[in-house]
Amino acid sequence: MTVLIGIALTLVLAGGVVVVFTDDPQRQAVTLSVYGLLMTVLFLLLAAPDVALSQVVVGTAIVPLMVMLTIRKMRGNR
Amino acid sequence: MSRTLRWWVLGAGLAGVGLAFLLAVVDLPSFGSVLHPSRDLAVPAAVQHGTANVVASVTFDQRGLDTLVEETILFGSVVAVAALLRPAEDERLQRERGSRPPLEATRLFGYLLLPLTLVVGLDLVAHGHVTPGGGFQGGIMLATGLHLLYVAGRYRSLEELRPLPLFETAEAVGTAAFVAMGFAGLAVAGSFLANFLPFGAFGQLLSAGTVPLLNVAVGIAVGSGGVVLLAQFFRQVFLVTEDADEHVDEKGAARP
Repeated sequence: MTVLIGIALTLVLAGGVVVVFTDDPQRQAVTLSVYGLLMTVLFLLLAAPDVALSQVVVGTAIVPLMVMLTIRKMRGNR
Repeated sequence: MSRTLRWWVLGAGLAGVGLAFLLAVVDLPSFGSVLHPSRDLAVPAAVQHGTANVVASVTFDQRGLDTLVEETILFGSVVAVAALLRPAEDERLQRERGSRPPLEATRLFGYLLLPLTLVVGLDLVAHGHVTPGGGFQGGIMLATGLHLLYVAGRYRSLEELRPLPLFETAEAVGTAAFVAMGFAGLAVAGSFLANFLPFGAFGQLLSAGTVPLLNVAVGIAVGSGGVVLLAQFFRQVFLVTEDADEHVDEKGAARP
């Protein structure tokens, strides 16, 4: 279990770095979504399924969707 | 305030927060250890009230007031977004603006997951006091699931299934129901949000007293709030500014 948690933590760290270094905001919404999924796995491994459920919906669906819609609006008005 | 002074204020603030954080962390039991004071208190309290999901017992029974405040924050955020993203005077709605139809695979994915997500969302709300999940998780999943219609390229169907005034009212009713349950606890058992209903059989659908009812109230409030929130963003995408030459502002100059 400790090994799995270690792997998940490393993936979360790597995922965070990828999100920060993604330049295009539209692509960033996608990497952010993947990052949210990695966080979900981590919460699940840490025996927090309630938090994992919140994280999977908010972090991988709602927030990236709001980012995508905002970007679409801004590009459309240019 | 001068620039140097601001840096000093920032430094003092950071040092204070850092010190408080250190003091809080030093006394924590180490990760994965057997010593677990909060668990030792929360689990018996949850079992005593017939709540199989201890997390639900903590959020709705033992610390119900915290959840009510969280709920109010969410409510306030949705109201703030609705106020900020309301259409400006010179904006009007234009449907189906230059949107390409989605890929067939995306459409299939949307249609397959739509019923699945809605059922899982309802299940999370209904069984939040027995298994992981609850009003927040289930409600937000229902709100998101509905938007799979947009993924499937059916924005019009989404709009028809989403009468906004109804969802706005439902959000307010859900939040008000939570407060009403709090006052009911005050009236019956003598303290705000007290668990005053029969606790039922441990692990059954009808158990945990007020927890499932609060889950439903939160599910309605959060689900409707999520729909209203996302609707503001969707409306912005379909809003366009009217032609500049039709409008002249107070100074008499045409808008850019």
